[in-house]
Amino acid sequence: MRFVIAVYVENTYGVLARVSGLFMRRGYNIDSLTVGETDDPNFSRITITLDGDDHLCEQIINQLYKLHNVKKVKLLGNGASVERELMLIKVKNTPETRSEIMTASEIFRAKVIDYNVESMCIEVTGEPTKINAFIEAMKPLGIVEICRTGVVSLERGANIL
Amino acid sequence: MKSGEIMTGSRIVIETLIEQGVTDVFGYPGGQIINVYDELYKASDRINHILTAHEQGASHAADGYSRVTGKVGVVIATSGPGATNLVTGIATAMLDSIPMVAITGNVATSLIGRDSFQEINITGVTMPITKHNYFVTDVTELADTIREAFKIAKSGRPGPVLIDIPKDVQMAECEFVPGDIVEPFPTDEVADCDIDRAVELINSASRPYIYIGGGAAGAGLTKDIMALAEKIDGYIGCSFMGLSAMPNSYARFLGMQGMHGQYASSMANKDADLIIGLGVRFSDRATGNTAKYAKRAKIIQIDADLAEIGKNVAVDVGLVGDITSCFKKIVEKCKVQSHPQWQKTVEDFKAEGKRIIEAAEREAGDKITPRKIFDVINSLKDKDTVIATDVGQHQMWTAQCVNFERSRRFASSGGLGTMGYGLGAAIGAQIGSGDKTVLITGDGSFGMNLNELATAVTYNTPVVIVLMNNGVLGMVRQWQTLFFGQRYSNTVLDRKTDFVKLSEAFGASAERVSTIDDFRHAFERGMKADGPYLIDVPIDMDEFVLPMLPPGGSIEDIITTKKQEEK
Repeated sequence: MRFVIAVYVENTYGVLARVSGLFMRRGYNIDSLTVGETDDPNFSRITITLDGDDHLCEQIINQLYKLHNVKKVKLLGNGASVERELMLIKVKNTPETRSEIMTASEIFRAKVIDYNVESMCIEVTGEPTKINAFIEAMKPLGIVEICRTGVVSLERGANIL
Repeated sequence: MKSGEIMTGSRIVIETLIEQGVTDVFGYPGGQIINVYDELYKASDRINHILTAHEQGASHAADGYSRVTGKVGVVIATSGPGATNLVTGIATAMLDSIPMVAITGNVATSLIGRDSFQEINITGVTMPITKHNYFVTDVTELADTIREAFKIAKSGRPGPVLIDIPKDVQMAECEFVPGDIVEPFPTDEVADCDIDRAVELINSASRPYIYIGGGAAGAGLTKDIMALAEKIDGYIGCSFMGLSAMPNSYARFLGMQGMHGQYASSMANKDADLIIGLGVRFSDRATGNTAKYAKRAKIIQIDADLAEIGKNVAVDVGLVGDITSCFKKIVEKCKVQSHPQWQKTVEDFKAEGKRIIEAAEREAGDKITPRKIFDVINSLKDKDTVIATDVGQHQMWTAQCVNFERSRRFASSGGLGTMGYGLGAAIGAQIGSGDKTVLITGDGSFGMNLNELATAVTYNTPVVIVLMNNGVLGMVRQWQTLFFGQRYSNTVLDRKTDFVKLSEAFGASAERVSTIDDFRHAFERGMKADGPYLIDVPIDMDEFVLPMLPPGGSIEDIITTKKQEEK
């Protein structure tokens, strides 16, 4: 099962190493991890996605709480939260593929943000499934390079972390 | 707001330690901690520093000190190798939840990250083996950082905290305002409805077994655990870390369970219909194969650490929070019960356990056996004598045979299993307790950190070292005998070390014995000696620790005699 966990941490020296180190030493495998400052510069928000069973998920949350710099941990998902990921993807630009790339980008509501005679760079935002679908669409056309941010997520409605 | 005196960071370190009630610190000086040592010199009438032979010894001493006093152990070391030498000691404290504050110097902030001489990123190195650690870059934050370190070390489930202080921060000045001894973070009370669920299970059990660990040993719950056992007509067993929390003379206490546990406690654990786990993590050494562990029992787990609930074994009721108040409430709320059938079952287990031991001893005849050695120790120690050990067969025999009479009289590396822990820990434990300390060790473990004999001699520490000398790494050899076709790969120590001469070279008294009567006399002399006293006792290299549950096995696979396995 796939989990999304939001972690509210003090924005201090080594905090990312502490969180990622915990995952390493307990043998948990992270699918993606994003981190950024919150509206309060003293705190950062980390979003982690990973695969595992309920026992693992519970253990991770409990272990995270033991880190001194971790202030709040919450399991997101189950339709009660929104998720987005951003990808920059560079694809080959040839006369034969150009129009298909443009069409696909339009359908996926992606944006071409860089262009030259050899390649195009496209920005795609959405849920990870959409990003994956776009990658599949681009594969036959010649992917040069991909950079994904990993998932960020907030709860729906008035709920907060 | 109170105003304070302007002083250097290094002096702030010492003033804050004194403010936090620290009276003894262990350590070793060096280039990047020299300023702190200068302040130690000036404050030597207010704080006592014990110089060890090696930083690892200092870290184990701080750990042993903490185990017997319940106070936070403090160790100080320099940057680079000084700091990395603490690593094993910090990890030992982490795995056994021992409160410790380690203070290391580092190169000046301007030199950090340049691979400067004796520079190591010790906060990075110790991240997975500390509860938390700090790299202090601003002298104005130093005092509060140290206070917070003490707070974290003693809160909830205790553990080690490291503070790394660059040289320029030690030299910088700021105002120091004295504070109070910090209190641990408040722990949540366990909700009454959860306690009631536990009480319900206890009231409906007919074969209750209380399983205590390090958390119980640290919480001072000895009397309450006895009260519960009496009230619900249950029995008590413990993990390795739970040893010394219960007096061994208490009839309802069955001793340690698990891989090398007592027959009766392992069997009672298996047959119980309710296990009340108090401050235990149900570690692999205590449970054997968890898939087969206590299948017939409901399990209640009470712990200060939420992450322990159900980590290793699924539990029916998990209670997290202040285990002292929670346990007291449980004792109060439970109804008085009587389970004569359970009593009979457990008494039969006890008799069988005794029979197994007696049969083995009969077979040994006059030979010095570990059990005979411990009979002597038990008869000559008093209730306050501290027992420390290294790691291996001698440690398990200690766990099986020593009669503990009160809590906090045991210093031994349980979770990490650190060979070489013993001598440093014994010195720290002796200094902390002020009581006679007996170190049980083996020739393998003792060889790892015997340099601390120098420390014991310098401080004239009354530690009796019982060196069970079999010329082999006995525990590994036992496994090689049982599971590796008697291929004794690198476990035969063909060393010819003369431990008596060695001790004398260090300036310690020592003697070698060859009979159990000799040992008794030697031990009597050792217990009367002012300083360190080593007794070299030969034992058979093929002595086994029994009973034994094979690794990954369960109670059904218990090995109780050597013959049984050789068949």
